[in-house]
Amino acid sequence: MPVVNWLKRHLVVIAGLVTLAYLLLPNVIVTVFSFNKPKGRFNYQWQQFSTDAWKDPCGVADMCGSLSISLQIALWATLGATVLGTMIAFALVRYRFRARGTVNSLIFLPMAMPEVVMAASLLTLFLNLGAQLGFWTILIAHIMFCLSFVVVAVKARVMSMDPRLEQAAQDLYAGPAQTFLRVTLPIAAPGIAAGALLSFALSFDDFIITNFNAGSTVTFPMFVWGSAQRGTPVQINVIGTAMFLVAVLLVLTSMVISNRRNRQKA
Amino acid sequence: MTTDNSGDVRLSGISKTYGSFTAVHPLELTVPQGSFFALLGASGCGKTTTLRMIAGLEEPSSGTVHLGDQEVTHLPPYKRPVNTVFQSYALFPHLDIFENVAFGLRRRGIKSVKKQVEEMLELVQLGEQARKKPHQLSGGQQQRVAVARALINTPKVLLLDEPLGALDLKLRRQMQLELKRIQTEVGITFIHVTHDQEEAMTMADTVAVMNAGRVEQLGSPTDLYENPQTTFVANFLGTSNLIEAEVDSKSGEDIVLRAGGGKLVLPESRCGAPTTTGGKVLVGVRPEKISLTHADDAGEIAENRNRITGKIADSSFIGVSTQYVIDSPVCPEFEVYAQNIDRDPRLVPGAEVVLHWNPAHTFGLDAAQDIDAGVAEVEEEAA
Repeated sequence: MPVVNWLKRHLVVIAGLVTLAYLLLPNVIVTVFSFNKPKGRFNYQWQQFSTDAWKDPCGVADMCGSLSISLQIALWATLGATVLGTMIAFALVRYRFRARGTVNSLIFLPMAMPEVVMAASLLTLFLNLGAQLGFWTILIAHIMFCLSFVVVAVKARVMSMDPRLEQAAQDLYAGPAQTFLRVTLPIAAPGIAAGALLSFALSFDDFIITNFNAGSTVTFPMFVWGSAQRGTPVQINVIGTAMFLVAVLLVLTSMVISNRRNRQKA
Repeated sequence: MTTDNSGDVRLSGISKTYGSFTAVHPLELTVPQGSFFALLGASGCGKTTTLRMIAGLEEPSSGTVHLGDQEVTHLPPYKRPVNTVFQSYALFPHLDIFENVAFGLRRRGIKSVKKQVEEMLELVQLGEQARKKPHQLSGGQQQRVAVARALINTPKVLLLDEPLGALDLKLRRQMQLELKRIQTEVGITFIHVTHDQEEAMTMADTVAVMNAGRVEQLGSPTDLYENPQTTFVANFLGTSNLIEAEVDSKSGEDIVLRAGGGKLVLPESRCGAPTTTGGKVLVGVRPEKISLTHADDAGEIAENRNRITGKIADSSFIGVSTQYVIDSPVCPEFEVYAQNIDRDPRLVPGAEVVLHWNPAHTFGLDAAQDIDAGVAEVEEEAA
């Protein structure tokens, strides 16, 4: 049975390729349809190749405005959640204080709670406080749910850090600030970066919580959802493809850089 | 010896307590400039805490630390002219070897570090590895980076916290010689913390034996080995045979003791305990000082030697020597190490023998102590 044998020998590769295809197929469709020229308002059927949408990505009313709002919120939420989350993680690992155990478990709540529930209760809170729904309420909500992810990522890193490294830095004439900047922060950096990346991704494409607390502000995911009722402009695919490409480029660049560094060392 | 005393370390009345636990009892210790000093003891004896108080990583509960004429008791570690080689090295994983070694210089604002760092890496024979990360080096190489990283700052005192603990035996031997060489070359005061008595004895000029937060005895390795003052030192450094004996009489410089049925002679100068006729003392003798003669030849033993009779319980051939365990009425497990020069074929387990030694090799200890102190600790460390 040569076919069976061949399958047996290449099973791992085949499984890998199938999984990869499963993961990438949606992206491929999005990309292919960004070059479509649909008849009517919906971009669900392939008609003919065209680069019209790529030439005029902001050609749909309000879309680029919502994209800009989403990017701003994602950036600020990432910054806020990363700074706060890093500090919380250090506090939880390094210091013994009264409510440490409670805080440690409460920090996981936003990860565990259904998003709709959290969205609804946040809305209740904002309304009762008399807060004006909009950019700021969205930002506050996003920082909140991103926080727990940052804390988890950074905490793991800080916990595995040898406390003697900081003592060694102090022993070698580094004051507290220098020790933090030169030793603690660089060693915790991969955890912080992971938390930040996760925050950005979570914030950028959050729909449920944003939709509840946005007031009249429209973020990119809300725009896509809203336009899906009336028609889907090709530009949505253009933006999606562009985001995907930027992400892939970032990953490739970091891989090239770290490879080159390793080769220099060896 | 120079008259410069800026590298002296003076600890006066220094102690450390954690809640109700006392890690270090008030301690007086002076380490002279340029010496290689070892703090020796089992884990938990307070030696590392003492070292960390000198480094500034631990605040003493009482007492003062002086470096030369400067009091540094309350200075933070980054303001002390002292550097440490940490247990398991604590090299910065995100920096390469060059930057690890340059760290101290850069923090003190020195811009052109290249030449110094390269020289230091040459001293520890790691010139080729400058651009590698710590995890790419072997244990022995990492250890040398840790030494270089500390030494480049030309500290007044270099502190070494079990620096060779993570290395295998052969490498440890090599590094002991290496460290000793470096110390002689740079002339800096080294304070070395270890639980390995052999390591302390081969490397240090002066050894302080610590037990339960106190210094039991301080002296040169030979002095500690030949004249232990406590049962802990006698048992922790090498092996000692200890016999309970009663003071019979004094004759000139010697004390005559009664043990079992026989008499033993102990020079008064080698007895650290008060002796009154009828009082008890512990008599000690090292296993390699003892000669073993078959009971049939007992008549040939010189008159002036201390002698004890017994029966060989066990013997093990080690190559250079044979180690015997003798069952004797005065001491149940008497250990004797005999050089394998002329082996008497009659000395096998079961044989009746006479143990004899020069009285000058006998030492006397206060009988009011635990006769097995220091024995258990050694076993614990080996486990």
